Amino acid sequence: MKLPPLQYVRASSVSEAVDLLVQGAGDARILAGGQSLIPVLAFRLAAPAVLVDIGGIADLKRIDITDETVTLGALVRWVDIERSTALKAHMPLLPAVMAHVAHYQIRNRGTVGGSLAHCDPAAEMPGLAVTCDGTIILEGASGRREAPAVEVLTGALAAEIAEDEMIVALRFPRWRPERRWGFAEFARRQGDFAMAGIVAHFDQDADGVARDVHIGVIGATDRPTRLPGAEAALEGRIPDAMTIRDACRAVQDEVEPPEDIHASAAYRRALAGVMANQALRQAAGLPAAANGQ
Amino acid sequence: MLTGITFPTDAATPVTGTPVERLEDARLLTGTGCFVDDLTRPDLLHAVVLRSSMAHGRIVAIDASAALELDGVVAVFTAADVASDGAVPLIPIRLAPFPESQAFRQPVIAVDTVRYVGEPVALVVATSRAIAEDALELIELDIDALEAVASTDAALAAEGDGVLFPGTGSNLVLRYTAQMGDADTAFANAPYVRTERFSTQRHSAVPMETRGLLAEWDAEHGHLFLSGAAKVPYFNRRALAEALGLGMDEIDLLEQDVGGGFGVRGEYYPEDFLVCFAARRLGRPVKWIEDRREHFMATNHSREIACELSIACARDGTILALAGRLDADMGAYIRTNGGVVPAKAGQFLPGPYRIRDIHVDVSIVVTNKTPVGTYRGPGRFEANFFRERLIDMAAADLGLDPNVMRAHNLITAADMPWDAGKLVPYEAETSFDTGDYPVTLTRCLEEIGWEKNKHLQGTVIDGLYHGIGVACFVESGGAGPRENARITLETDGTLTVAVGSSSVGQGIETAHAQIAADALGLPLGKVRVLHGSTTLLHEGFGTYHSRAVIMGGSAILDAATNLKEHLVAAAAKRLGLPNTRLVVENGGVGSGDRFISLAELATDGPFSANGTFANTTRTYSYGAHACHVAVNPQTGAVKILDFVAVEDVGRAINPLIVHGQAIGAIVQGLGGVFLDHLVYDSEGQLLNASLADYLLPTATDFPNVRAVTLELHPSPTNPLGAKGAGEGGIVAVAGATANAVAAALAPLGVTITDLPLTPPRLWQLISDARAAAEPEH
Ligand SMILES: Cc1cc2nc3c(=O)[nH]c(=O)nc-3n(C[C@H](O)[C@H](O)[C@H](O)COP(=O)(O)OP(=O)(O)OC[C@H]3O[C@@H](n4cnc5c(N)ncnc54)[C@H](O)[C@@H]3O)c2cc1C
Repeated sequence: MKLPPLQYVRASSVSEAVDLLVQGAGDARILAGGQSLIPVLAFRLAAPAVLVDIGGIADLKRIDITDETVTLGALVRWVDIERSTALKAHMPLLPAVMAHVAHYQIRNRGTVGGSLAHCDPAAEMPGLAVTCDGTIILEGASGRREAPAVEVLTGALAAEIAEDEMIVALRFPRWRPERRWGFAEFARRQGDFAMAGIVAHFDQDADGVARDVHIGVIGATDRPTRLPGAEAALEGRIPDAMTIRDACRAVQDEVEPPEDIHASAAYRRALAGVMANQALRQAAGLPAAANGQ
Repeated sequence: MLTGITFPTDAATPVTGTPVERLEDARLLTGTGCFVDDLTRPDLLHAVVLRSSMAHGRIVAIDASAALELDGVVAVFTAADVASDGAVPLIPIRLAPFPESQAFRQPVIAVDTVRYVGEPVALVVATSRAIAEDALELIELDIDALEAVASTDAALAAEGDGVLFPGTGSNLVLRYTAQMGDADTAFANAPYVRTERFSTQRHSAVPMETRGLLAEWDAEHGHLFLSGAAKVPYFNRRALAEALGLGMDEIDLLEQDVGGGFGVRGEYYPEDFLVCFAARRLGRPVKWIEDRREHFMATNHSREIACELSIACARDGTILALAGRLDADMGAYIRTNGGVVPAKAGQFLPGPYRIRDIHVDVSIVVTNKTPVGTYRGPGRFEANFFRERLIDMAAADLGLDPNVMRAHNLITAADMPWDAGKLVPYEAETSFDTGDYPVTLTRCLEEIGWEKNKHLQGTVIDGLYHGIGVACFVESGGAGPRENARITLETDGTLTVAVGSSSVGQGIETAHAQIAADALGLPLGKVRVLHGSTTLLHEGFGTYHSRAVIMGGSAILDAATNLKEHLVAAAAKRLGLPNTRLVVENGGVGSGDRFISLAELATDGPFSANGTFANTTRTYSYGAHACHVAVNPQTGAVKILDFVAVEDVGRAINPLIVHGQAIGAIVQGLGGVFLDHLVYDSEGQLLNASLADYLLPTATDFPNVRAVTLELHPSPTNPLGAKGAGEGGIVAVAGATANAVAAALAPLGVTITDLPLTPPRLWQLISDARAAAEPEH
């Protein structure tokens, strides 16, 4: 469980890091918090020639909130999000979800950019990025580009990032203050990756009707994805228990869960529905359901 | 010279039986402990093991030439190198030595066949661990696949290539029957009979510190030192001496701090030989530290047993007879623990109940998986789960309160000693020593609030199904044949105690020091306990089967008695009194107003005496566990609302340590019920060899656990009156917890017969039961 032989370089700027990626010609890897990459190397599942440590690039550690956007730099850590009073005020879903990410030791190191690039289908941040209309900002040899998260996070452990590119930030549209949101996930133990999780938010008009419904799933699919059928079940309706139940049924119909040593597809499908019920009831301000019903 | 007419005021007050804090903790908690990986040596080399990635196959070629060219690589050893000293040694069987097992022993390195994923094929030795791992990837290993058998069913059906040891003709190592009374007749005449199938899943101990070894060959004196010893260093010395062609006086095993044993650490494994072999060949110290992935495939597995169990009862719940069939999946080889795991499962099937007619069939089968050994409460965890589940089922059929049925059948003080027969073929008849088994059940029911809470069985509160389960157990401890100790009163007035017991982190430094301090009337702070290394004593037996306090502690008492004779003789000279008038007490030797403190007497020393405690009669602690769960039917998640373990340990030398052992054991047991599972596919691939996929209980999983230690019935088998106290906390966890989950889900028509109780599995059982209950369309 020792790393394979490799070269280690600490980059002091994004452009230097990109240069190093270019020089590495496909055999260089960015090192951020190391919480996913170091185990991969220790198990010798990957053996890059060069590690480009971006930990010293201060620009990437910022949380910026403007009138239109909330931007998380690539090196913003889970603990930074969890404790950010600005985020608690402007996009409370983000800090609330952080409690579900791993354990505090890992939250002290794991980063937004690392999680997006690693693209674990059960990870929370990719799910938030896809569900909340996130845009991923990348910089590479040919300059800066922006892409909707859903176009970058396309498969399990397979983000669409070029060899000479790195993530510099994740940007969300700014939330309306009265936006309603919910999150629920199920993991075997506190801090484990979710077997299924649901992110949800919507706005409510004066009549209490749900508008602009966003529902996304993690853990129960091969990549984080929105669930249009479930969103449609809620869109334009008052989110009462009946409507939510319909949306949950849609979630179960829509998800395409993988099967692995931990759970069957059928279990994950059912679980996604149960989590949807919890998340949507939370969003709608209904009491936690007895028996989840 | 005389210290006066009053006894010294600094005399120690007795500490045995008091909850003194562990002496070793200051060292361990401040990071000043010394574990084997903390050792380093000039010129040290590092070894890593090339392991088979195939479950069953014939080795065609091993080409290490590229690895040997890597800078820093010193040697690559294979079976061919080992064989150049003679035949490749086999791992000897220490326990449960069924003669049939001999043909299934493991070579210390695969000779031409590999039989499980993880089997050592080569040893790479290099100047650093990282280089050695780099070299591993350069070795070309060519293995022709043979049919792999990954279950006992597949193993028993296999022919030809699927037979692991062609010479034996079959993967069935042996089958035996153990019985008492006449179960056939009892079943034939019984008014009520029920038969069920149960199983427990393969899992094992995962100590925080993995195994590790450091071998040093002193060529000048022809002496081998092996650090990293634990559990049974004296046996391992014997095994190594034989394998390496050395005399017993030419090898020493040295014990450092050990970060957990639980049965698996400290057995004689292939690496014990390989590291010593390499150190002697190369004339340089060689260290090997098991990594976590290796641990999962190299260290003994345990607990994988399938059981068909039948119970015969009278209508009033009296258990008339028990008949069981156990199939044990032993993995690819029979290692040091022999057939002890299934044999103990067989022995403890009847448990703490007054059952006279018993029939047990045990089958021991090899498969292409990691070999099996003992894990805390070996065989008991399994047997108690099988039996206690069946008792709940029988009680439900008979319309009885299951705990009234238990109480009705438990062995009482009036039955003692209880003749427990000869249910283990290689052991003598045994009997339960002392106890009043219903007392612990009663206490346990009070603790869990059975009378006031039993109406909750199967009820739904806030969407969660509630259930309370109970399980009773009897647990053996104190295996013989002997243990040895030596106590020395040093010239500075301190006591050095050397004992054959080993520390695996369980606190024996403290417990043994308490025993020695009181035996000589000295304060605890004056006692230093040395243990586990073969340099200390001529012979020792070590730590397993909850024996260290019973055997080692009693040996210390014997050494103290012998030492007192020396001290009395010495004091007699000083005081000019006859020996017969002198007694050792209050930290000195004296008679009436004539007294000399040990501190003062010590200046004539050192004084030293040996002690031995020989005993093959076992102790039997007993108790009951109870568990209150709430099950979420939608996720299959189980919350432990309360768990309590009650055990009569006879005498607790240190209640704080006993309590800690019980709490740790309960949590470890709950891991075995809900989380721990070594998953194999049908090709014999281990699918979850990492802590990301092999789930262990963590601090937040089971916060509600309690333990009650009672000291009601001391054991007459040893002068301390102690019984085993390290395993009672785990042995009935599966029984109680599974009964609780079963009680919770009974209204849904769910039956619990197999572990682990993972959320997906419980959800599946619930779904299946609901589907079955729905009318056909
Ligand atoms: C025990 C444990 C439990 C965990 N549980 C969870 C959990 O419940 N939920 C969860 O979401 N995560 C979990 N994680 C993962 C953790 O959150 C990781 O920190 C995260 O996934 C990766 O972030 P990192 O900064 O550590 O990235 P690294 O490990 O440093 O990198 C991960 C990958 O991303 C690449 N990379 C990093 N930064 C960039 C960048 N800016 N641009 C391009 N590529 C980049 C690296 O090259 C590498 O391929 C867990 C981890 C552990 C060890």
